[in-house]
Amino acid sequence: MAATVPFVRPAAKTRRPAEQSSFPDRGIRPASWWLYLVPGLALLTVIIVVPLVWNVYLSFTSYRGIRPPEFIGLENWIELVGDARFWASFGNTIAMIVAMVIIPTSVGLLVAAALFDIIGRRFGGRLASFLRATYYLPQILPVAIAGIVIGWILRPQNGALNTILQSIGLGDLATNWLGHPDTALPSVMAVLVWVQIGYPIVIFMAALQRVDPELYEAAELDGAGWFRRFRAITLGMIRPEIFVVTLTCTIAALKVFGPIFVLTRGGPGSSTLVPAYYAYSEFFQSQQVGYGATIATALTIVVGIVAIVFIRAQAAVERADRGDS
Amino acid sequence: MSAPRRRRGPGVADWIVLVAVVIGAILIAFPFALVLINSFKSPQDYATSGPLSLPTGLYLDGIVAFWERVDFPEKLWNSFWISGVTAILAVLISVLNAFAIGIGRVRGRTWVILAFLLANLLPQEALLYPLYQMFREVGLYNNPWSVVIIFTVIQSAFGTYLLSSVYGTFPKEILEAAALDGASRWRTLWRVIVPISRPTLAVLVIFFFIWTWNEFLIPLTFLIDNANQTVPVAISVLQGDRLMDVTTTSASALLGVIPTLIFFLIFQRTLTRGITAGAVK
Repeated sequence: MAATVPFVRPAAKTRRPAEQSSFPDRGIRPASWWLYLVPGLALLTVIIVVPLVWNVYLSFTSYRGIRPPEFIGLENWIELVGDARFWASFGNTIAMIVAMVIIPTSVGLLVAAALFDIIGRRFGGRLASFLRATYYLPQILPVAIAGIVIGWILRPQNGALNTILQSIGLGDLATNWLGHPDTALPSVMAVLVWVQIGYPIVIFMAALQRVDPELYEAAELDGAGWFRRFRAITLGMIRPEIFVVTLTCTIAALKVFGPIFVLTRGGPGSSTLVPAYYAYSEFFQSQQVGYGATIATALTIVVGIVAIVFIRAQAAVERADRGDS
Repeated sequence: MSAPRRRRGPGVADWIVLVAVVIGAILIAFPFALVLINSFKSPQDYATSGPLSLPTGLYLDGIVAFWERVDFPEKLWNSFWISGVTAILAVLISVLNAFAIGIGRVRGRTWVILAFLLANLLPQEALLYPLYQMFREVGLYNNPWSVVIIFTVIQSAFGTYLLSSVYGTFPKEILEAAALDGASRWRTLWRVIVPISRPTLAVLVIFFFIWTWNEFLIPLTFLIDNANQTVPVAISVLQGDRLMDVTTTSASALLGVIPTLIFFLIFQRTLTRGITAGAVK
């Protein structure tokens, strides 16, 4: 799912003068290049820009989907600030970030380094590729289906996990994993870790292809242990990819919807509620469209801020690197 | 360079690392294995021998029951049609946009790229209700075309971003040669640029297809009738249904997994390489 987020990087810079097309036109001046952008920009306007603006407007209205929206100023926004469920949903987003960014990126770094530096070099590249593909497997699933697979294992009455626990004498641990407020959030997090873990591994391993294996061998001969090689070579070489993975996965974590919808619908209580699901349920279950639009707008603002902060930080680091050399 | 060094064999520490990584891989694969073996059990078999044993006989009723219940071939076709049409339209739009941005280098292109990029980053919730209203107005609500149109825009936003930088480095000599032969821009685009960039376009088609296949929120909202639903939506809405016994539910998960597993096996190389297409410059 994170693969569906673009890799945010400024477009490649070329040395051509700014406004000169690379296309050598001859004879009569052809129609403007903008003609080619007409379908794309028209669709972008109708499907993205207008709905986005309309959604922001709806956040200032009372609208239940039937009679026309009624402008009420900041009322929804004031309600949002005092809404415990809204803050709970953002609190749960932190858990989503732990499950989709922090755990996968740190474990992914270790696994990618182990696959590249140790397993690939000592046991053969085929084994490393096979293991990489295995870790990547859950990434290919529609995230809703991934939720259903794990949800099936966590079924309360006769679920696989509870049955296994009972059969090894740990029956006391068996519980209604998704129905109990204490275990529902960790269960959802487990699904997301399972889904997400392969993404950083694949990206990091691709990045490590840039590294000359001789470098590891040389470092090893110089007496650098595994951890020093990891810190000095692996981390240094793939820092741009760590940035990209962290950004794309953080944004994906802010937008989690499918697993919540199929597993818990935000419950029990608000223990697994996330902003995306909260907005959806306000739109289509409570019919509080104005308030749902407020939640969605707030989420959009947070996504925007995260994207800008990350891109700025990345640019600053790249500048610093150039300054050093 | 020095003489080739003799590679040393794996030591104890290397074996420990290998075992740890293999255990991790087994944990990752375990849910797939569980769903696979239990889809072929009868509920009685499941109740007596538990989730870990192999099925005592080949029991297909769970799979057959779910297959017929959701009319699985219909859902497969819906997903296939929506994802296929979206992938092709989105690549088409991406090519046109990228031609103007990467080769035409229109004024203000950085802002245009930024706009497309933001379109792709936005949470879909921020567009959901207005789109729902719009498509109701024009009578395309509960029509697969609504999903196709929305994802054509969202996917082509990413495609524009990626292809613009690819076309930005397109060899100038080739464009000059085409111009010398008197080819117009339009002709050069279709006869020269598209054929040369076909490998990149193929990767985009595959990506857009799979991404659209895996989408959930918008198909869930826009495709209400059972007959229009995609595979993930049709399977999800039946979860928790009281007619779904334990092995039928397992079968439903298996049927959701299989199509993407097939895509993965077919496109494995493209997927694991192409995923880094934008990340590694």
